[in-house]
Amino acid sequence: MTQSIAIIGAQLVDETGTREADVLIADGRIVDVGSGLTGDVTLVADGCVVAPGFVDLHAHLREPGHEEAETIETGARGAALGGYTAVIAMPNTSPTIDSAAVVRQVLELAAAANLCDVYPSAAITVGRAGEQLAPMAELVRLGVRIFTDDGAGVQDERVMRSALEYVGSLTHLSNGAPIVLAQHCEIESLSRGGLMHEGDWSSRLGIPGQPAEAEELMIMRDIALTRLTGSRVHFQHVSTAGGVAMVRAAKEAGLPVTAEVTTHHFTLDHSACASFDPVFKVHPPLRTGADIMAIKDGLADGTIDAIATDHAPHAAHAKDGTFADAPPGMLGLETAFALANTELGLPIEEIVALMSWRPARIAGIDDHHGRPIVVGEVANLVVVDPEGIWTVRGSAMASRSTNTPYEGRELRGVVRHTIYNGDLVVQEGSATR
Amino acid sequence: MIGGERHLLSMADLDRDDIEQLMTLTDSFAEVGERSIPKVPALRGKTIAWLFYEDSTRTRLSFETAAKRLSADTMNFNVSSSSVNKGESLRDTVETITAMGVDGIVVRHRAAGAPHRVAEWVDASVINAGDGWHQHPTQSLLDLYTAREHLGDLDGKHIAIVGDIKHSRVARSNALAFATMGAEVTLVAPKTLLPTHLEGWPVTVTHNLDEVVDDLDICYLLRMQLERQTDAVVPSLREFHTEFGLDVRRADRLGDALIMHPGPMNRGVEIAGEVADRPNAVITEQVANGVSVRMAVLFLLLGSGLDIVDGKRVAA
Repeated sequence: MTQSIAIIGAQLVDETGTREADVLIADGRIVDVGSGLTGDVTLVADGCVVAPGFVDLHAHLREPGHEEAETIETGARGAALGGYTAVIAMPNTSPTIDSAAVVRQVLELAAAANLCDVYPSAAITVGRAGEQLAPMAELVRLGVRIFTDDGAGVQDERVMRSALEYVGSLTHLSNGAPIVLAQHCEIESLSRGGLMHEGDWSSRLGIPGQPAEAEELMIMRDIALTRLTGSRVHFQHVSTAGGVAMVRAAKEAGLPVTAEVTTHHFTLDHSACASFDPVFKVHPPLRTGADIMAIKDGLADGTIDAIATDHAPHAAHAKDGTFADAPPGMLGLETAFALANTELGLPIEEIVALMSWRPARIAGIDDHHGRPIVVGEVANLVVVDPEGIWTVRGSAMASRSTNTPYEGRELRGVVRHTIYNGDLVVQEGSATR
Repeated sequence: MIGGERHLLSMADLDRDDIEQLMTLTDSFAEVGERSIPKVPALRGKTIAWLFYEDSTRTRLSFETAAKRLSADTMNFNVSSSSVNKGESLRDTVETITAMGVDGIVVRHRAAGAPHRVAEWVDASVINAGDGWHQHPTQSLLDLYTAREHLGDLDGKHIAIVGDIKHSRVARSNALAFATMGAEVTLVAPKTLLPTHLEGWPVTVTHNLDEVVDDLDICYLLRMQLERQTDAVVPSLREFHTEFGLDVRRADRLGDALIMHPGPMNRGVEIAGEVADRPNAVITEQVANGVSVRMAVLFLLLGSGLDIVDGKRVAA
């Protein structure tokens, strides 16, 4: 029997609403919700919020293949420090997560780390090459619920149509849980060579740009394919005003689409590239102020379902070159909550929804994550102080890499404790394992 | 120091006074170049490294000549036969060079902003000798110097920059440089050869060279990359020449306006072969002035700050 944990004095925020209550956790589950509770460990959390643990639909944990930048263990630790109890690992590893062997390897490494649930997504196509379908049925049997070629979109319409039809035939293998194709929306023939958003800054800096339309055209196409096939599409890291508008229209038309945005796409714009510092290089690229406004509107009105990180660690030397030569991507797991809390101007209830039960539902893991805080539920919880102020330091992060674009920035919102499967994996902002 | 900076990275960092100061200093060094022994001891004991990641003949030779006339020691980092081919990173290369002790690094790189990155890593002065499509400040300065020799003050002068603006660091540099000196700048190109967003640029734009050719003080032509016709940017070099090339007919309409080109020229593409040899084509003068301008830049950035040139005290 593990030690019991009481969280006292906090507001509880979940899908059922907000109320003040103490929570008692024992043997991995919530065993009491009430007042005057104490445990073997009692966490005094006055002024804090207890919420279902966060769920990141989009993290690059780099293992296998790029352990110099991140491992499942360091990535999972960073996730726990960011308040996450579940992370969907992207399949652009080396080798690609497109076979049972690699899925099993990721699951084993995640279980050994035991810091949060790491669910491997798998590639839609073998090697993410956009041609032959990955063995989806076999991978669904192992628990995969999200397929994506992230890092690239599926360019060929016929292949994408076929993938949508095929996953639509697999729900008998997932106990009825939804299986979703997640798309990195980028028409490569239009974006090729583009290192940043095509706009006034790319023109001035002489950095080749990629137009917003490269994203928008694929969103448009996949909405049409969703209509054709009836299968679900999840749009990853939507970064353009046009993309948000199309997702809104598709939802109004009743089509089964969902969408995520990343924290960097509503906090940074393309002018950051004027420093030529590759820490600001990311795909899709940082866009304009108007795009940021549209994304914030989309988050506020429910068009966007989830806040994701697109956590993309890169070894220091890889980012320590020219803008053209450095790989795209930035850290996100340990700053996501604070950025959303600082920048969005949304009530805490909305932020938690965007980071917890809505993404849990998209990932088909809402039996364990994003649950109401009631007796009997698995204890995957986070305790945050929405008013706490801290300063971002890449070197202080659990990640093996330090490529945060927010170095030195002061943010509001501190993750104090993370409870995963009933265990206190983060206590007072420090990982316990 | 130029514009309070230790480096020369972009024309955007220079104001009109900075440029005037450089032009005046260039006059002194042009005079040095005319002596029987064209050499001064201004940078004796200083070491300058050339870090050219892109092929360059004229820019490198010009910098090298400038450095030698200033008595600087030079270190040539030949990228094609170096550790770069063994996978060494730009930063490691730069730190290796600086460990040997250099005062200045002249960088040419295919990536926009590469010299800005180098400037963050080293104590030495960094001079941008061309970065991607971004900037080529010493080209701009030598062009300003050449233009001034013929036209004097550039205030109100009409300058067209013609051709492949989009992929040209010279165009980005020169549009800023000419406008800073008060000239009226018109960019002439089809949309496929223009930057996509020109809001805030101190220029006007036309797609019709014939519309402006009668009214120019300078017709500045850019090199047209031969591969542009295969990547669907222009239908053919022939059509580009017909629509945007300085052919004999258009050159006649220029009158005595200057014809300038940063080189190397594609005769028959952006400029008709015989037009390049007209007396108002000052292309070889540009090259000659390049040495004097680069002497001035090297001296200002690497000199002791106050030195004697030609018996006169020159403030840096």
